[in-house]
Amino acid sequence: MEFFDSGWGLSLIVFLPAAGALLLFAIPKSRETAHKWTALVVSLVVTALAVIAAAVFDYGAAERFQFEVAADWIPAIGANYHIGVDGISLPLLVLSAAVTVLCVVYCWDHWEEPRNVRGFLALMLLLATGMNGTFVALDLVLFFIFFELVLLPMYFMIGIWGDDAERRIPVLGITVKTRLYAAIKFFVFTLFGSAFMLLGFLALYFRSGDFLGSNTFDIPALIALGSENAFGSGTFAWLVFGAMFLGFAVKVPMWPFHTWLPDAHTAAPTVGSVLLAAILLKLGSYAFLRISIPVLPDMAREWAPAIGLLAVIGIIYGSLACLAQTDVKRLIAFSSVGHMGFVMLGIATMTDVGFNAAIIGMVAHGIITGLLFFLAGSLHHRYHTRDIARLGGNQKLMPWMGGILAFTAMASLGLPGLAGFWGEFMSLVGAYRPAAGLSAGQFQAFMVAGAIGTVLTAGYMLWMLQRVNLGEPKEEWAGRTFADVGRYEWLAWIPLIIATVAIGVYPRIVLGATTDAVVNLARNAFGG
Amino acid sequence: MNLDYHALAPEIAVAATILAVLTLDVALPRRLKYWTAFAGVIGLTAAAVPLLTLAFGGGPGVRVMLGGGYVVDDFALVMKALFIVGGYLVLLMSVSYIEGDRYYQGEYYLLLLTSILGSLVMVSSRDLITIFVGLELVTGPLFLLAGWRKGDKRSNEASLKFFILGVLSTAILLYGMSFLYGLTGSVDFEGIRTAGADLLNSGAFRLAVLFTIIGFGFKISAVPFHFWAPDTYQGAPTPVTAYLSVGSKAAGFAGLLLICYQAFPSVTEIWGPALWILAALSMTVGNLTALRQDNIVRLLAYSSIAQGGFILVPFAAAAATSDPRVIQEAASATIVYLIIYAFMNLGAFAVVMAGARRTGTATISGWAGMAKHSPRIAVLGAVFFFALAGIPPLAGWYAKFAMFLAILRPVDPWTVALAVIAAVNAVIALVYYAKVAKAMWMDPLPADGPSPELTSRPLSGSLSLAMGISALFVAVAGVLPFQLAGVFAEAAKLITSGI
Repeated sequence: MEFFDSGWGLSLIVFLPAAGALLLFAIPKSRETAHKWTALVVSLVVTALAVIAAAVFDYGAAERFQFEVAADWIPAIGANYHIGVDGISLPLLVLSAAVTVLCVVYCWDHWEEPRNVRGFLALMLLLATGMNGTFVALDLVLFFIFFELVLLPMYFMIGIWGDDAERRIPVLGITVKTRLYAAIKFFVFTLFGSAFMLLGFLALYFRSGDFLGSNTFDIPALIALGSENAFGSGTFAWLVFGAMFLGFAVKVPMWPFHTWLPDAHTAAPTVGSVLLAAILLKLGSYAFLRISIPVLPDMAREWAPAIGLLAVIGIIYGSLACLAQTDVKRLIAFSSVGHMGFVMLGIATMTDVGFNAAIIGMVAHGIITGLLFFLAGSLHHRYHTRDIARLGGNQKLMPWMGGILAFTAMASLGLPGLAGFWGEFMSLVGAYRPAAGLSAGQFQAFMVAGAIGTVLTAGYMLWMLQRVNLGEPKEEWAGRTFADVGRYEWLAWIPLIIATVAIGVYPRIVLGATTDAVVNLARNAFGG
Repeated sequence: MNLDYHALAPEIAVAATILAVLTLDVALPRRLKYWTAFAGVIGLTAAAVPLLTLAFGGGPGVRVMLGGGYVVDDFALVMKALFIVGGYLVLLMSVSYIEGDRYYQGEYYLLLLTSILGSLVMVSSRDLITIFVGLELVTGPLFLLAGWRKGDKRSNEASLKFFILGVLSTAILLYGMSFLYGLTGSVDFEGIRTAGADLLNSGAFRLAVLFTIIGFGFKISAVPFHFWAPDTYQGAPTPVTAYLSVGSKAAGFAGLLLICYQAFPSVTEIWGPALWILAALSMTVGNLTALRQDNIVRLLAYSSIAQGGFILVPFAAAAATSDPRVIQEAASATIVYLIIYAFMNLGAFAVVMAGARRTGTATISGWAGMAKHSPRIAVLGAVFFFALAGIPPLAGWYAKFAMFLAILRPVDPWTVALAVIAAVNAVIALVYYAKVAKAMWMDPLPADGPSPELTSRPLSGSLSLAMGISALFVAVAGVLPFQLAGVFAEAAKLITSGI
């Protein structure tokens, strides 16, 4: 479609939410309904555009960047406004746009204290600009800006509307409010990573001049250099990969950089947790596929065993930690560590199968864990506690809610036929035969460990389900009635449920876009 | 003597304003004294006009006067624009503050304008004598301004500390300069540059270079020459502190740029390591100390020490290479950082004044819950403090980005090490900037917090205007820094032309 070929479509997807955020401030603070509708319309338009983009996307050439725009931005340093999508970023872009809409819908009658509809929605829209922008950016500086743009809104979301309970910080020995601790921890960890990521980007920029005559931040140009292995495998490339690894691995997060995640996810308001889990975590793993691997393929192969090992540790560690959790939300947060471990294991295999596993794993985790966080929020909303020990018999008190929780937990543990299965399965398959030059034995060991992880995952999910859903309601709830799934909850969740089933039975929805792109990525990077 | 009056017009306009303020102060009755502030605002606006005609009106790009001792080029114009706009913002911030004190309004503006005039002279100077006169014209009035609240013990302490260390630094600077003259036989930068190339192994010459650098180190409050700054900042009236942290600091950096790139380009191995150390120390010590502050003015004092460290970083890059393009980029990074820093920091101080007016205090704990009663100030506060932290899309990111770009260009383990130190410091800095935002947005309004009468006090229009201009700059320059970047590249080309 011409509108997209001219480049306007993608730019609107990126900047319309930010414009919407500004628009909200033109409406007086008291008119909450107007704010909600504005945010809804803006995010719906953005999603519609993303869906149209997916419809007119040329799947025959999914390895190519499409709907590209390249305009001067900061000529003095050669940074351009270069955006575009390929098969790798398209599913994530659609996911990001759609989840934003569902969050707006869910918000409709769920407002955390202190109530400030305008401020909350504005931050959410600003976040959407950062997320959508990261998935389409094809210039390192632009990528950096969008990657960082998500920090401020999320910081304020967690810090203002997060969990107000007091919490003792073990190392510092002080007691602070959970939301404050979680917010600054999230901010500092991520910024620490991205400071080094930026150093890595700059090093690539300078080195690119040796080959191209002039320095460039352009991602496709750097990928082209990478496919000729221009950056080599010396100390320089090792350091650059390491610097970028720090930035991306903190964002994913990989063990042992994950410690911000349980705090941030648990403390964030429901919608904040959903956006964190569904989209923000994907920024890191996406960046591996978009930048690290194609630009520095030799280093990617050298780092792959380490990445695979950390991924497997993450899987096992996340699962074991889940078994020890007493808080539903924290349990889901730790399950993200495990699931992102599978994503990273897929990436570490450096094969097209593994990359495909990573992307479908990201999409599935976004949908399923997003839904789980919605559910955790709704449970908390009704019981005013997330303590697993106090819950129980949920199925009897709220049959629909219990049913959806059971369904989502099954999806999360990787039940075949639901979306979560493909990511785990394919990444284990990928690990059986990693890319040439990687030790098959090592990765097969990872595969075994990962398989044990799937069992543990099933274990903690089912155990959680048993304690929350089954049995008799606890005495403290006796005589109480609870509102089952509400209208806005249905509206927000049904699309996610449908997507879970649809991708589960017909994974080509995602893989149809990604396969050519990842095959191309693996071929260019590793010549096979 | 062949004077180019067009090139001198900004200085003449400011000098004329100073005389006008002096006259008005004598002529006006007490209740009309605030007119002196208007005179200052009008005078600075008038001074900005010739800057524009000089920059965009064609004519020679470089205007040389007084036998090469006084030069108006792109670098001078960019810096003069910074001083005039910065001075303009400080004037706006001062109006209601000084009027509230009800005494010596005329003298206040007189001294402030004199200091601005000094900085205008300084950036055009190309010899030791003019740069020294300019620098002292910048600092002299500030000794008085720092002690303006003379009933306040802290203000007296501020002034005295500033004076004593200021004089000490002047002595060191002069000592170094006298050696320079003695060894090279000339006071102009070109002569020193030429003669300096042959004096590389002279111990006395090395000492002279170091003394000159240390002299400027005091002016820019680089660690370990920073001891005066926090006390002086805290004690001085807030608008004066804002000016100290931006105007006089930028003047110090302009001097350092001139000295390093114009007079000492041949002895980079002396000032390169020295400034490497100053940069690393300033960033680290400034940030770590800022972490522990509760008083926001003191916090900003340490933060400005740390920011000064970031601004020094590109100098180390320039010293590590002989490639003129790299050196140019380093100079340009320093200028870019200075300008963006000026707007962020002035905005932050304007917020401090606004916040102090609404809460009666400038402590982090006193600002708890400010978003509840003064949401606009809280929004602006978050904007400026996160801009200082370098979080995109606010302008601070580009300043830091340009700095990293400069320091990583020369491939050298020392510059990479400095880049890593800067990266770690950027993260540390976030913690205390976020602490202020946290207090404003996330902490509850305490029961014994500021009274409703206090929190509903109106802000003066001029203070709001100052915040608005700074915020606009910080937002626009963060998203579209390209115009800025181009101008600075030109300015940097001229400043480094000596190399």
